[in-house]
Amino acid sequence: MSGLFEIAREGQTVKIAGDLRMHDATAIWSGVHGQTRDASGSVVLDLSGVHAADGSVVALLVELRNELAARGVKAELVGANESVETIVNLYAGHDTVAKRKVRKAESTIAQIGRSAFEVWEEAKGILDFFGSMLLTAAALVRFPRAGHWKEIAPLCEKTGADAVPIVVLINFLVGSVMAFQSANQLKQFGANIYVADLVGISLTRELAPLMTAIIVCGRSGAAFAAEIGSMKVNEEIDALRTLGLTPFGWLVVPRVIALILVVPILTLLADFIGISGGLVVGISELDLTTQGYIIETLKAVHGWDVLTGLIKSVVFSITIALIACQQGFAASGGAEGVGKRTTSTVVTSLFSLVLLDAAFTAIFRAFGV
Amino acid sequence: MSLHVPRAVRSSLIRLDRGMPRRVRATRERPMIDVKDLTIGWGDVVLQKNLTFSVARGEVFAILGGSGCGKSTLLRFLIGLEPPLAGSIDVAGLGLPVLDAGLPPFGVMFQAGALFGSLTVGENVSLPLEEWSDLPGDAVAAIARAKLKLVGLDGAADKFPSELSGGMKKRAAIARALALEPELVFLDEPSAGLDPVMASDLDELIVTLSKTLGLTVVIVTHELESIFRVADRVIMLDKEEKTIIATGDPKALKTSEDPRVRAFFNRGKKES
Repeated sequence: MSGLFEIAREGQTVKIAGDLRMHDATAIWSGVHGQTRDASGSVVLDLSGVHAADGSVVALLVELRNELAARGVKAELVGANESVETIVNLYAGHDTVAKRKVRKAESTIAQIGRSAFEVWEEAKGILDFFGSMLLTAAALVRFPRAGHWKEIAPLCEKTGADAVPIVVLINFLVGSVMAFQSANQLKQFGANIYVADLVGISLTRELAPLMTAIIVCGRSGAAFAAEIGSMKVNEEIDALRTLGLTPFGWLVVPRVIALILVVPILTLLADFIGISGGLVVGISELDLTTQGYIIETLKAVHGWDVLTGLIKSVVFSITIALIACQQGFAASGGAEGVGKRTTSTVVTSLFSLVLLDAAFTAIFRAFGV
Repeated sequence: MSLHVPRAVRSSLIRLDRGMPRRVRATRERPMIDVKDLTIGWGDVVLQKNLTFSVARGEVFAILGGSGCGKSTLLRFLIGLEPPLAGSIDVAGLGLPVLDAGLPPFGVMFQAGALFGSLTVGENVSLPLEEWSDLPGDAVAAIARAKLKLVGLDGAADKFPSELSGGMKKRAAIARALALEPELVFLDEPSAGLDPVMASDLDELIVTLSKTLGLTVVIVTHELESIFRVADRVIMLDKEEKTIIATGDPKALKTSEDPRVRAFFNRGKKES
């Protein structure tokens, strides 16, 4: 006996009595399970002593009956009063127990095959997207009026101007941390002044474009994917098409152009701010003069160093925009699908950025620049 | 709600020469929509097959059926968002609608409205006019206001879709669908989820638009009251049979010989 109910077994009959309430469901469930553990042949679940019952508890008794049937034990719910019987009928307590379909576990080979097929389908989707993008770009050159050009200025503000504080902060810290780390080593050789060379070259060629692209990817790439993904699941993209407007011309092209315009500018800003971070450390920790640091930086950093960074930044911006838009268009299945594609945008973009950066380094090295 | 068609709307039946590359070629003899042996689905999954029906010009035509039978999916095929697995679709005498290649000869109201969240309601309605006509900005705004008034949303032009109720979103979406004076409009569950008064007003609007402007309306719905109020003719899809099980006047189908059709039209009451 527990609570306001009672479960007892007499031979092949399990007598259940009292009030079967939801707050006692756990005790009732373990009670009836305990009483029927060794049941065989047929079992009667006698509800004649039940005054009242909640639907969920009756659902558990029906589930018990189904479990027993699966073990080959015939079980019946009998003796319920009128109100309890209504609930038993509601939960199909007297219906024939249908055989449960046991889902076969997928084999490892099948899993590998399915995953490979999914990757192939995803790759096809990406290729299809880039192909459509190129065709749209070509069409827009012929029919410029079809583009959504007025969207570019607000996008530049959102992706560029609004990102300035975080780009400034991150690159200042990167410049100063680099200066700090290298200062200790260079001090030993009395080569303090070369901190300016190290900071200047590594920032302009590598770190400023990469760090800026990472920030843009996290801010704008994720936002693009979420925005377009939400539009996709809300049928807004379908609506756009039924209004005779091409989603590529309307949504993708302005975003690609906006990032191509703002990322190089942010990268130039990052170069300047990063070098300033190094300068602050040089002055405060290495007893360098402002003038000396600037002269050394100008001597070490050539126009080509800055240009390679800018070339990278343009390629990075196209990569981020296209990946984000492609992922947004691939979203399906509501909010969860949008979240999944947004995460995927950031991961894929970061991976692609690092890969492209390595490729650029190899190419520039091969050409001796 | 006043249901007369405002003068501004009538006067907005302007020739939008630049934006109308494809003219509707349906005639009294030729149906507005002609579907033959259509199969819809994706890949190996067939949702409905052997669908053959036509929609006459100026008719209010309803696609009915229980939940999950493929009504809204059929609409997606009719407007060219999905390619048919088999069979043919001819819309407005122009064949299978090709989207992304100019202005389609119809307007569409999607189930949840599908208004652009970053634009105000007025901008949503103005958008097709701005894109497909050479009308000056003040004329576009006037037409958009008139369209919104027509659907009972005067004063909502400056609101964003997120500030509207579900019913208001649907009505704004109808206003957008009507912006370019199409001769054919597709409405996906226009009165679902609306209170009875609002649903009745919307139905009245649909009938008025059809009768006054000669609009052909294709509605996807399972709202019985709405069907009886607006539909001239219906087809009923069945999930099990995967095809049309009834076609004709909705009132006549109440006494159909098919028990499934009778059950649907008699509010699902099981027959003894």
